[in-house]
Amino acid sequence: MIVVRPAVTAVLVLLTVTVQVGLFAQLSIAGVVPDLALLLVVAAAIVRGPAYGTVLGLLAGLAMDLAPPADGVAGRWALALALAGWLAGQARGDARQSAFATVVTVAVASLAATSIYALTGLVLSEPGISVASTLEVLPVALLYDVAITPLVVPLAMLVWRKLDPAPARW
Amino acid sequence: MRRRARPVPPVTLRPKALTRARRSQPLGPDRDQSRHARTALAVSVLVALTLIGVDAAGRPDSPVEPLRTGAAEVFGPLEAGADAVVSPAVDLASLVARSRRLQADNARLTDSNARLRAELATGTVDRNRLAEYDALTGVTDSTGFELVNARVIAIGPAQAFRRTVTINAGTADGVRADRTVVNSAGLVGRVLRTGRHTATVLLAIDAGSVVGGRLDRSMELGFLRGNGSLGADGRLVLDLVDPDSLPAKGDTIVTWGSRGGTPYVPGVPVGTVRQVQASAGDQSVTATVRPFVDMSSLDLVGVVTGPRVKQPAGKSAGRPAGGADAPGGGAP
Repeated sequence: MIVVRPAVTAVLVLLTVTVQVGLFAQLSIAGVVPDLALLLVVAAAIVRGPAYGTVLGLLAGLAMDLAPPADGVAGRWALALALAGWLAGQARGDARQSAFATVVTVAVASLAATSIYALTGLVLSEPGISVASTLEVLPVALLYDVAITPLVVPLAMLVWRKLDPAPARW
Repeated sequence: MRRRARPVPPVTLRPKALTRARRSQPLGPDRDQSRHARTALAVSVLVALTLIGVDAAGRPDSPVEPLRTGAAEVFGPLEAGADAVVSPAVDLASLVARSRRLQADNARLTDSNARLRAELATGTVDRNRLAEYDALTGVTDSTGFELVNARVIAIGPAQAFRRTVTINAGTADGVRADRTVVNSAGLVGRVLRTGRHTATVLLAIDAGSVVGGRLDRSMELGFLRGNGSLGADGRLVLDLVDPDSLPAKGDTIVTWGSRGGTPYVPGVPVGTVRQVQASAGDQSVTATVRPFVDMSSLDLVGVVTGPRVKQPAGKSAGRPAGGADAPGGGAP
């Protein structure tokens, strides 16, 4: 079990990021795709707590930073998803009890992650990022993430529960 | 890991933590949790910021680059696999769309005679196919370079603010970084980095992309920068080197060509001039260029894999080879 759990987690992260840039590229709205890795991290944070959510966010974000065709400065998605995981973990008490709170948690986490990524890009003066382009992308990303939450988050939460039936430890 | 090492006295020392623990009783050792969470957050933020700093400072040859290459080896096959699963469905969808279009054509032409209608139903597809074939051979003929064919298998999301795609050809197929990528309509972009079986392509429409261009009519030179928009408002902005030369609406722009043909080989069609703005202030002329390539629906592309191998008979005889096209040298 000690090997199985990290292995399953790694496979989940790899598949999620792949599906995000591959499969969902065909289903993009104005180029925006749902941030499946974020949903995975939020679900983990709700089930396993903020510490786990933060670390998984860091790793999943790292995968998004490095997986082709990403070309931005690496570490920005890692920062964004780590903070999103921590945020979702803080709201886990409510999110475990009501579906609405889960959706709100996803919305806040999505807004935070996309903004942090854009903000770090602005600070580093990465090409293509302006306040205008950010404001264009932000609402679409938020709505798409929320729209796909009922399909992904309950399933992901189930997986995290199955992975670790014991209450969150770290 | 000092788990559950809970000394009893914090009642007086940390009243806030205690009340929080009492409020959310079912969560168990909440104070422990939140302390771990703070540690995790601090460490994660530090790791991420360090990575950002290292990568931003070291570009383009940052120490993170090997990590990217490694990630390409892992994600490349995964993305190719995902594409293999999805592409039949996508092809089917486009086939359905095409057949719907043909049906509409048919309906519109029912009034005319049956012979014409039948001709059109088959003719449209044939004509399109012929046009595409002509265009593709046109591109390869006019440039005379050897191409490796590839498919787009993954697309960077708009949230990343970059216009990059993954193609399913890599170093094993002869693709190298800084090679020109074209499709049947014209210039697509250039290869950023390669994995063994995949490569990342920076589209010409990306806000960070700069392509040397030449106006076909006046032979004037300029630089084309993308506006970062993939959709119908995707444009390239052309800054002309000579401020006295005014491009005309409808002028065609081809690549100017870099020294040695990397990253851009000369003579690839880029787009047409849509709008011209002359600003009196800094005496510069900019033109808005609509790219020939529809960057939002890329599928088949070709990567220029080497220098000109052989001239197609009777074609482009008078064209200078390689980097002789770049008088200024060092075109980006």
